[in-house]
Amino acid sequence: MRNMTVIDRSRSGQTADVPGGSEPSVAPAASSKEHKFQARKVAVYYGTKRALNHIDLDIGKGEVTALIGPSGCGKSTFIRCLNRMNDPIANCRVEGQILLDGMDVNAREVDPVELRARVGMVFQKPNPFPKSIWENVAYGPRIHGLSSTKVELDEIVTLSLQRAALWDEVKDRLQESGTSLSGGQQQRLCIARALAVDPEVILMDEPCSALDPIATAKIEELIDELSGNYTIVIVTHSMQQAARVSDMTAFFHLGDLVETGPTDNIFTTPRDERTEGYITGRFG
Amino acid sequence: MSAAPNPVVHATRARVAASLVRRHRNEQIFHGLGLGAIVLSLLALASLITDVVGKGYSAFTQTHIALIVTLDPAVIDPDGTRDPAALLRADFQTPVRDALRARFPDVTSNAERRQLYALISPSAPYILAAQVADDPSLLGRTLELDLLAGDEVDTLVKGSISRDVPEDQRRITDRQIGWVDALTAAGEVSTPFNWAFFTGGDSRDPESAGILGAAVGSALTLAVALVLSFPLAVAAAVYLEEFAPDNRWTYVIEVNINNLAAVPSIIFGLLGLAVFLNFFGLPRSAPLVGGLVLALMTLPVIIIAARGAIAAVPPSIREAAMGIGSSPVQVVFHHVVPLALPGILTGTIIGMARALGETAPLLMIGMVAFIVDVPHSVTDAATVLPVQIFLWADSSERAFVERTAAATLVLLAFLLIMNATAVYLRRRFEVRY
Ligand SMILES: Nc1ncnc2c1ncn2[C@@H]1O[C@H](COP(=O)(O)OP(=O)(O)OP(=O)(O)O)[C@@H](O)[C@H]1O
Ligand SMILES: [Mg+2]
Repeated sequence: MRNMTVIDRSRSGQTADVPGGSEPSVAPAASSKEHKFQARKVAVYYGTKRALNHIDLDIGKGEVTALIGPSGCGKSTFIRCLNRMNDPIANCRVEGQILLDGMDVNAREVDPVELRARVGMVFQKPNPFPKSIWENVAYGPRIHGLSSTKVELDEIVTLSLQRAALWDEVKDRLQESGTSLSGGQQQRLCIARALAVDPEVILMDEPCSALDPIATAKIEELIDELSGNYTIVIVTHSMQQAARVSDMTAFFHLGDLVETGPTDNIFTTPRDERTEGYITGRFG
Repeated sequence: MSAAPNPVVHATRARVAASLVRRHRNEQIFHGLGLGAIVLSLLALASLITDVVGKGYSAFTQTHIALIVTLDPAVIDPDGTRDPAALLRADFQTPVRDALRARFPDVTSNAERRQLYALISPSAPYILAAQVADDPSLLGRTLELDLLAGDEVDTLVKGSISRDVPEDQRRITDRQIGWVDALTAAGEVSTPFNWAFFTGGDSRDPESAGILGAAVGSALTLAVALVLSFPLAVAAAVYLEEFAPDNRWTYVIEVNINNLAAVPSIIFGLLGLAVFLNFFGLPRSAPLVGGLVLALMTLPVIIIAARGAIAAVPPSIREAAMGIGSSPVQVVFHHVVPLALPGILTGTIIGMARALGETAPLLMIGMVAFIVDVPHSVTDAATVLPVQIFLWADSSERAFVERTAAATLVLLAFLLIMNATAVYLRRRFEVRY
């Protein structure tokens, strides 16, 4: 928690008016009914092709929500709606409402830049900047003005790398290029980069798809640690991973949200036969 | 596993083997063609360079004739002012001619004298004047001076004039050849390195014509073109690639930029003449106007290259930057442009190299004039290297041939320096991702 304090101090100076900001006092809320995101009738079109049909999904604050479903069912599309990463896609149109702490993220007055500072993202393929490891992590805090001195920035970099379980491996080579790391290290660097701007939500789109079991275990551990303080949405193709890390699971199929509920329930007593078929490996 | 072989492709191995033979043959043919193309272009380049060097190297030395010159103040500075400005305009021809007559006292007839005087360049008195103006204490002294030889003498000494040619078909007479031989025998003819070629402007006399004026003109013109076109082109490319809406207008603009890149350069010259000279009244023959015209010409080239380079930046980098809350402008200037910079620089160098070799549009705006002074600013009248080459190539004096080739070498050196800079900058900015 010492880590959090440092980052939070700098943050509260910047965006004091952020509703539901990440005050350190917010208790881990695994069982809380408070919702971080509420999606209402979300439909997404690529041109005329509909990729998501009327999705209604609540994402609990401080919880880990897993999105599962067969390839092409719209998991990435949905997760990208949450921080408006679909905006720059020319032919993509989002309908419906997505509320973040009660605020419509697609509203005119919402600045996507600020939204993305609150809702960080880790991508399927590790995509570090072709800059030094230090620079990769320091970039976000610097553009958001989270620190005024190099010392503070150094501190944020160190803490973020430590939390992403990468510090020990890179502490002697912070000036080397981020792209010189292994795939798993790169992914953890990307997680550190997302953590460095101290978001409230972290979206992870198949963060372990390129990783070996050891690196995967490290990232799952990390998700475990972060949950409570952060709201995490993770897309995964691994049933075991969803079962291990998530509190809630949502099953998508062909653009529909078929079923959602506590992870234990989904995996033990799925209500829909498509869910059952998928988690037992009969299709998908 | 133990299933029966697929009946349709039962001869799989044989077919693969057969296709491999074909593929290997194709590969060999391709190898051969590629190698041939490279050898051919290297040969062309080598023959070009040997030709130019062979013709041009002699311009890097210049024939001088040693004479005993008496700098008589009564002739040069009758008023005794020793004013450098007046000295520059003083009569130095008389002492030079006196020195020649003193060296060959048997010359008496007027016609012969004229031939004798032609041994020394008409520019020699001016060079001498500049020397004396620099150091007026030389006045009144008798010195042995190496005076610049006339162009025909220079050409003869360098062996470019055949003595077997009948006298009436060459510009140097038998009598003059006799004098030069006498001087050579006496060790009074020298061919030192031709510094004047690199420090002087153009001249009517080939022996004193230098390249510096044109080189500075080229440098100034290119500087103007670069300063104008690079930022404009990068801004245009960034806007078109990253911000422009995907609509009909953008499309029309794109098509027109591509068309502009193919417009003959002389059209840009006409545009410059009409707009910059006639409408805005900018000075004729000035590097400023030349640079403006070349900037217009280079813009589409850089825009196209920059757009390609920007489009080649992987989208994952943009997503990464956006994902942690970079604003669109930060995405572009912190990530996309730095990654695209090597490509943008390559395009810029290609555009600049083309601009460096451009003659036609500059003819339209008067940069073809005969200009002796080395330009000092972008508004001074100037010419550029390719135009200088054109002007010299067009001159009748034999001695301009070697200078044309030498100027070509200077132009090539310019190009080499530009390319080396480009390679250096590329290395500097290249990043792996
Ligand atoms: N940029 C795009 N343009 C057009 N169609 C797209 C685009 N991105 C996704 N789609 C389509 O939208 C649908 C949902 O895609 P999405 O990427 O969300 O699937 P996914 O569930 O993430 O699949 P995967 O598990 O394979 O990553 C697919 O049919 C896909 O073809
Ligand atoms: Mg996906």
